[in-house]
Order: sequence, then structure tokens, then C-alpha cells
Amino acid sequence: MARIIVEVMLKPEILDPQGAAIAAALPRLGFSDLTSVRQGKRFEIEVDGPATPEKISEVERAAELLLANLVIENFTVRIDETMRSEKSVRIDETMRSEKSVRVDE
Amino acid sequence: MRIGVVTFPGSLDDRDAARAIRMAGGEAVALWHNDHSLRNIDGVVLPGGFSYGDYLRCGAIARFAPIMEEITVRAKAGMPLLGICNGFQVLCESHLLPGALTRNSDLHFLCRDQELIIENNSTSWTSEYSLGQHITIPLKNGEGSYQCDDQTLSLLESEGRVVVRYAGENPNGSRNSIAGITNERGNIVGLMPHPEHAIEKLTGPTTDGFAFFTGVLKTLVAS
Repeated sequence: MARIIVEVMLKPEILDPQGAAIAAALPRLGFSDLTSVRQGKRFEIEVDGPATPEKISEVERAAELLLANLVIENFTVRIDETMRSEKSVRIDETMRSEKSVRVDE
Repeated sequence: MRIGVVTFPGSLDDRDAARAIRMAGGEAVALWHNDHSLRNIDGVVLPGGFSYGDYLRCGAIARFAPIMEEITVRAKAGMPLLGICNGFQVLCESHLLPGALTRNSDLHFLCRDQELIIENNSTSWTSEYSLGQHITIPLKNGEGSYQCDDQTLSLLESEGRVVVRYAGENPNGSRNSIAGITNERGNIVGLMPHPEHAIEKLTGPTTDGFAFFTGVLKTLVAS
């Protein structure tokens, strides 16, 4: 079994009032250096067997048809690398990844 | 004339829409989301509410309801189709109308009597109004901000496909204060405010919404 991650974000030109409301709350909590927030959606999709190109393309088609509205949203598709390890280890890996920090270049 | 009203799981305003059709002199026909039969209807209303709990995006799941297959085919062939509030969201998700409805710019769920300007009185649903007429009908939604790209916006404006526009202050951040639009042919109309809640003085702020329903019946009789 493999897990494929789909992340959906509003297009940059579309107003994100939820993100703006969160950004406005941050300074009140002392996070004075965080200037902008955009809120999106993350889908974790499990497939039988390995994440072959065919499976990924199937997920991409599902994202285009249902998960994202391409009029206002963009999406990305990637394989969840933490799923590649053994099951016993996977739980730890997942927990670690939940806490990990990804820097968006 | 038989006008269908679709009930999805989570539809709220199907009964009011059916009542408006009956008061206008039409026969209201209940349609169930999970059926394929359109029961010999001449037109159809997609009512307001929260179909499928607004999960994923408003209207995103209702779009794939079995009944929508037949409605899409008939609407593309010219059958009058009106989407009110959640129904408008379903029409945009179905790509029967361009653009999308997003969260109101101030994040508030708005519930109020809203003044509108009729900008197109040649659609299947708005022929009983005069161009530039101001009407006041209820507006009640959390995700009513109409968005589309610049090209679509200029196309809608240049082809006169904005049907109703908010009068005065823009309530929700909709582009060009758009409250409702139509397709090229003028048979498919979607709008966020609720004409079916303004058909009699006892329960509505005005009776300004009634002409949507008498209008479509007149259109059908004439055709």
C-alpha cells in the first residue's frame, strides 16, 4: 500500500479571507514576524500496491475532477515517503513527520 | 407547465421554491437527487441549502448526483434552469456557468434583505423585470463571493450576462458586485439571493422575487 498526498491551495490571485483572519490573529498571540497566511486542503489517498505512475495519474485525474476546482484552486500531487518504511517503523515516521518543519522555498 | 425542484441531501429551500412555482401558476414537480427521471418537466430549479453538508466545496458533490446528468443534457439543449444560492454554486461547480463562489470577504454568514439591480431582462427567468429595475430580496449565505478570471469577467460584462448586481455597497467581495449570471443562451441563470423567499408580503420583505417564477412560465408558454 502506498499513500499519495494531494494538496489544494487557492490560486494566489484569489482572496483567502480565512488565511487573512488567521494572519490577523497571530500578532495578538505574540507571533509578530509571521506576516501572511494562506489556508489550503491536504488529502491523504491510499492505493493498493506501490505508487506507480498509473496510480499517480489516477490521483491527478481525481484531483482535477473533484478534489480541486481549477477555476479558483491549484493542486500538487506527491508520494508520501513516510509510507515506504516497514509498518512498525511507519507509525514513528508519521509522528515525526507531523512535527517536522518543511521550509517552502 | 411542469417545473422540477431538485432535493439533494441538505437542501433547505426546495419547499419554498415549489410553493413559488405553484403560486405563479405552474405545477411543481419534486425531483430526487438519486433518480435519473426528470418526470416530463419543462424547467427546473436547483434550490438553496447545504447539499452534502457543503463538504469539500459548496456544490462540489451535488454536481455528481445522478439527476444532474439528465439536467445537464436538457439544460444544454435549452431547458430553463435556475440555481438559487447553493443551486448557483452547483451550476458553477458543474461548469454550466463560469466562475466560482468563495467565502464572503468578511467571513460572515450574511442574512439580510438585499437590494439588487436587474441588468439582463432577456433570460428565460427575468423577462418580467425591466432593465435597471431595483428589487429587494433575501440574501443568506456564507460563501457568496463571485470570483472568476479577468477574461471571463470581461466576457460576462461585454455579452450582458450579468443578470443581477448588488446595489450599493458590495456585501461579500464579489467581482464587479455580481449577484447572478446567465449562460450565452440565457436559459441557465444562477444567483445567490433568494427570489423564492420574496413572493408574498406575509413571509417576505417584498414580493419582488415572484416575477422569476411567472417569468419562466411566460417564457415556456411563448416557446
